[in-house]
Amino acid sequence: MSTSVFKPGERQLSDPGSGPTENYLNAGFSAKSWLLTVDHKRIAILYLISLTFFFLIGGLFALLIRLELLTPAGDLMQSETYNKMFTMHGIIMVFFFLIPAVPAVFGNFLIPLMIGAKDLAFPRLNLLSWYLYIGGGLLAILAIAFGGVDTGWTFYTPYSSTYSNSNVILAALGAFIAGFSSILTGLNFIVTIHKMRAPGMTWFRLPLMVWGHYATSIIQILGTPVVAITIVLVALERLFSIGIFNPKLGGDPILFQHLFWFYSHPAVYIMILPSMGVMSEVITCFSRKKIFGYDFIAFSSLAIAVLGFLVWGHHMYTSGQSIYTSMVFSILTFLVAIPSAIKVFNWTATLYKGSVSYSAPMLYAIGFLGLFTIGGLTGVFLATLAVDVHVHDTYFVVAHFHYIMVGGAIMGYMAALHFWWPKMTGRLYPEGWARFSALVIFVGFHLTFFPQFIVGYMGMPRRYHVYPEEFQILNVFSTAGATILGIGYLIPLVYFLWSLKYGPRSSANPWNAKGLEWEQAGSPPETFNFRDTPVVMEGAYEYEPKIWLK
Amino acid sequence: MAHHTIPTRVYYTIFFTLMVLTGLTVWVAFQDLGAWNDVVALSIATLKATLVILYFMHVRYSSKLTHAFIVAGFLFLVILLAITMSDYLTRDTLIAPKAWDLM
Repeated sequence: MSTSVFKPGERQLSDPGSGPTENYLNAGFSAKSWLLTVDHKRIAILYLISLTFFFLIGGLFALLIRLELLTPAGDLMQSETYNKMFTMHGIIMVFFFLIPAVPAVFGNFLIPLMIGAKDLAFPRLNLLSWYLYIGGGLLAILAIAFGGVDTGWTFYTPYSSTYSNSNVILAALGAFIAGFSSILTGLNFIVTIHKMRAPGMTWFRLPLMVWGHYATSIIQILGTPVVAITIVLVALERLFSIGIFNPKLGGDPILFQHLFWFYSHPAVYIMILPSMGVMSEVITCFSRKKIFGYDFIAFSSLAIAVLGFLVWGHHMYTSGQSIYTSMVFSILTFLVAIPSAIKVFNWTATLYKGSVSYSAPMLYAIGFLGLFTIGGLTGVFLATLAVDVHVHDTYFVVAHFHYIMVGGAIMGYMAALHFWWPKMTGRLYPEGWARFSALVIFVGFHLTFFPQFIVGYMGMPRRYHVYPEEFQILNVFSTAGATILGIGYLIPLVYFLWSLKYGPRSSANPWNAKGLEWEQAGSPPETFNFRDTPVVMEGAYEYEPKIWLK
Repeated sequence: MAHHTIPTRVYYTIFFTLMVLTGLTVWVAFQDLGAWNDVVALSIATLKATLVILYFMHVRYSSKLTHAFIVAGFLFLVILLAITMSDYLTRDTLIAPKAWDLM
């Protein structure tokens, strides 16, 4: 890796308001200029708006679930309605928020900027991805409007194939179409990263955010088609009685779980790997330090992508799967802990002796570090065959995956939103409010989900709306926490909207961060990102000043 | 990426071969080969898919990077099939140690 501090053609835009007068935001104001745009940055903004909409819908369902669970009796809704609530919460949050969240918004916006390209390799395909996502999302909304789905977000057979109403087809078709959006985005990223890096941007000078997205894209391309085909197989069985999953027709319901989890377990890594990329950027910037173990973090992303495909059966220990296969899956699942731990230790080592400052993005990043570790370690409990048989389908599992998905993926998303908001909009948000909301989210999150570990270990099953009275106190904590968490997410919504009009204008590099997007592009960047193609002469995280000894 | 010019007769030959193999599939479907029914049908289908990928999708003339991605795709398919089959092949085998045998 080069250690040169000289960068020819460097264009520092550090004084406030010195961003280019013409930028991607004022390049056109008509609806057409947005809806038919092929600019990766505008498409990222389209995703940001639509993802926020789906996050609010998914959050509303979560709120209703927590309200129902405030008391042991089923006094707010009937059991079937409750089934629909947690199903729609899962479908919306997983397929229409978590999977696309960081790649579609920040991957889209930042990958070309980070590698010194003018756009993604296939700009029109990128716009098509957004339309596919919206098309899939509208079908899911229609499924809700027509009365909702009650199969659980996993669409397990025979619920989805034999006993469900026809709304299942709509919701599954929505997930199917959104899957193609995901595949095309992954394809676009892989080709862009291979083919469009600026001169001097070697693989080991790439920001780790790009490595994270590369690993994510591999999963999107290799995994998503499998779940798409699985949904087609369910449709074929329903429509033409071809025996695939139904034992009466000669099929096997557990085959559905194999095919579903072959994608849906790696999908967890689609959610978390991009956020891990965000972590590497934020931790280095706010420690003013080169990242510890660049190569290990880069390759651990690829290791997670590959190993993530070998562990799906840990969702099926109690399904009737062969006990020997379960043992193999248990051992393989332990292996995934290794690259995850490598990352956590390397980020921690980066903090060591760093000049750490606690701006809002860093608070979210530190939150990620703690929450992801708890989520990951409880994952090791669940990988253990005997423990999992005890806590399978209890709130312990619910708490575990929310620590990964909310505590990990969404914390990373929030860190990214705060870190790159000045770059995306050219405006600064109120730092005090941002730090306050980060703390509110951290407290609200723990209060919501930590009691669920305990109540789950005590034996409270998931997916029931009535429960024994002795579990009430922990559920009251959880519902109170969810309320605080909800408020924590609403505060940023308010101040981000406020900052669009009233926020102070940002300089090109308000964090004094390293990276082409900060050092060579304006805030907001112009339509084609850079006036001149950047030439890269150093690694991604040269934060520490060099002392030359003669 | 260099674009390889392929003579049209290659496409016609491949198309003709695919048609012959389709005919063969139909013919085989009416023969009773016992346990070999599935093996033969899937083998012909695999051969046809390989021809489509190599010639109609131009993979034979593509870069090594493209080859690597194609191979990776099939590798993951093998992982899916192999581990899933490991479940089906061992599901009914239960060799639990019997405590009273150890005493």
